[in-house]
Amino acid sequence: MASVLVLGETADGGLTALSAELIGAAFRLSGDLDGGVSCALIGSGTADAAPAAVAAGADTVYVVDDSALAQYQTETFVPVAAQIVEQDAPQVVLMGQTSIGRDAAPRLATRLDTAAAMDAVELSVDGGRVRVTRPCFGGNARQVVTIATAPQVVTVRAKSQDPLEPDPTRTGAVTQVAVDLVSPRATVTAKEEAQSEGVPLNAADIVIAGGRGLGAPEAFHDLEELAQIMGAAVGASRAACDLGWYPPSQQVGLTGTVVSPTLYLAIAISGASQHMAGCGGSKNIVAINKDVDANIFGFCRFGVVEDYKKVLPALTDAIRRLLAVR
Amino acid sequence: MDAVVCVKQILDPEMPASAFKVDETTMTVVPPPGVQPVISPFDAQALEAALQLRDAAGAGAISVLSLGPDSARDAIKHGLAMGADEGYHLNDPAFEGGDAWTTALALSKAIEKIGRPDVLLFGRQAADWDLGQTGSIVAELLDLPSVTVLRSVQWNDGRITASRVVSDGFETVDVSTPCVLTISNEFGDPRYPQLRQIMQAAKKQVTIWGPADLGLDPGAVGAAGARTKMEAFFVPEHEAQCEFVEGDSPEEMAQNLAQKLRQAKII
Ligand SMILES: Cc1cc2nc3c(=O)[nH]c(=O)nc-3n(C[C@H](O)[C@H](O)[C@H](O)COP(=O)(O)OP(=O)(O)OC[C@H]3O[C@@H](n4cnc5c(N)ncnc54)[C@H](O)[C@@H]3O)c2cc1C
Ligand SMILES: Nc1ncnc2c1ncn2[C@@H]1O[C@H](COP(=O)(O)O)[C@@H](O)[C@H]1O
Repeated sequence: MASVLVLGETADGGLTALSAELIGAAFRLSGDLDGGVSCALIGSGTADAAPAAVAAGADTVYVVDDSALAQYQTETFVPVAAQIVEQDAPQVVLMGQTSIGRDAAPRLATRLDTAAAMDAVELSVDGGRVRVTRPCFGGNARQVVTIATAPQVVTVRAKSQDPLEPDPTRTGAVTQVAVDLVSPRATVTAKEEAQSEGVPLNAADIVIAGGRGLGAPEAFHDLEELAQIMGAAVGASRAACDLGWYPPSQQVGLTGTVVSPTLYLAIAISGASQHMAGCGGSKNIVAINKDVDANIFGFCRFGVVEDYKKVLPALTDAIRRLLAVR
Repeated sequence: MDAVVCVKQILDPEMPASAFKVDETTMTVVPPPGVQPVISPFDAQALEAALQLRDAAGAGAISVLSLGPDSARDAIKHGLAMGADEGYHLNDPAFEGGDAWTTALALSKAIEKIGRPDVLLFGRQAADWDLGQTGSIVAELLDLPSVTVLRSVQWNDGRITASRVVSDGFETVDVSTPCVLTISNEFGDPRYPQLRQIMQAAKKQVTIWGPADLGLDPGAVGAAGARTKMEAFFVPEHEAQCEFVEGDSPEEMAQNLAQKLRQAKII
């Protein structure tokens, strides 16, 4: 019996970074709970990721590897997950706050006659219960919640938890689980991949983001030029995406991607709470905005109060020269 | 094509962040002066989706359903003014202090009582507590398929074709009805009610139900029935001290910024 069961995700046959973070969090929580850490890998080609889950800290790995699970579907996933939770009987179930986690967690919790807490950014244990700290009110506030029923289902935000140092010498039990698959009433008939040239947003160490104050979609080319020099990803505010200036897949914020790079360079973005909800965890925020009272400066390490059109070309030149002499 | 759209009235999420204050002892938001509550923006988009689906299907009744205090009536009226036909208001002191579970439980009973519609529409999340759970829980309770975080929906002769926003792009999903759909901001702007429609909506009756009307024990809803408990509520500190980079010209400012980023080993 485990104290914490992680419902991990795989991509291209490997364990996702977030799944390793979840196992790290589970390991720390299990110290104050009763039992070890287990991890379920539900999908297609997931068996290959089992050793990585053990190395990341799982004592037990349940593998459900079926080509019919290649495409996530709510109605096939939830009963499989419920079966493993019932078999493993954990006190806590952790999922990532991903397209899968946000969709499945509330249904899974309801099926297990319990409740879920979504989008945790901090986790701790008090009296056998997990205390979940989660942002709310568009990032303006945080609440701490506990779940009175069992198991406690929690989704966790990417990059909010540290993974353990992977240890290939760790040992763990890997079990193949046989499941009956339900045929879903909803099926995915097509998939459109967002054309993301360059560095993916959620993995980037530097993000350069543009907002409505850029004034025109063409300005994003200038951001892309600087991004290429810096090895950065380009993001956008919702206002810029809604105007059609940049693809919605690049939206940063509450309803877009949450990023926490070393450097977040916000150009002509006001810093509304819902935008900061997606980048407030960045290690260094730097803004160029012509309004000294813009909300974003309240989050910044460095700020430039000026028309970005006058600053950006010189900044691009200066950074190009600096990086050339590295 | 009959639809029920679940709408929540919330504090205006577009209010300035500086006006947002909480009372940590009562764990409530301090109502900012002059800021009016609004229908949660994704719920207005869910209403728009329902109206478009009905247009495509040719006919159907659209019901607006909200759980909340007296003021939540305005959110229902907003839906009626946009073009919905019936309003239902779950309003009783017993509903207060609930969580996603108790809200979804009450909504699901009300939806069954209204008469099972073809499509149940929700916002992807209520823009106050940002839970993003209620639609999925209702789907589970009513044993319906759920397709979440949608940028578009189409009526397809009794089925729905939806485009779901996922982290790496979009998925086209085909689903049978009845089903639960949750709408995301990519759906686009909802119509704005005209004055004449607002006046007509003002005259419409809204049905009010309490727990007993839904066959629910008052102890099963609101704070008494909640499965989650709030332990703390606060505004996070962000301790950043912005250093404004100076310079005699914009070019000089840019060069100074690049230098500072390098000195701080950020680049
Ligand atoms: C429920 C909900 C969810 C939301 N989710 C998100 C989300 O996920 N992501 C998101 O980004 N937003 C989100 N929003 C929207 C958010 O509230 C803001 O409306 C949005 O972030 C504003 O984008 P912006 O900063 O680009 O535009 P604006 O607020 O219009 O700011 C433009 C800025 O550019 C500056 N500027 C103008 N011209 C120049 C110039 N020449 N040089 C330099 N600076 C200039 C201005 O001073 C201003 O500060 C959400 C809103 C709601 C209600
Ligand atoms: N009190 C409520 N009354 C009616 N609908 C609600 C209520 N709370 C939530 N909803 C619906 O459920 C969606 C998701 O809400 P939540 O799970 O609270 O984020 C909202 O966008 C609404 O469509």
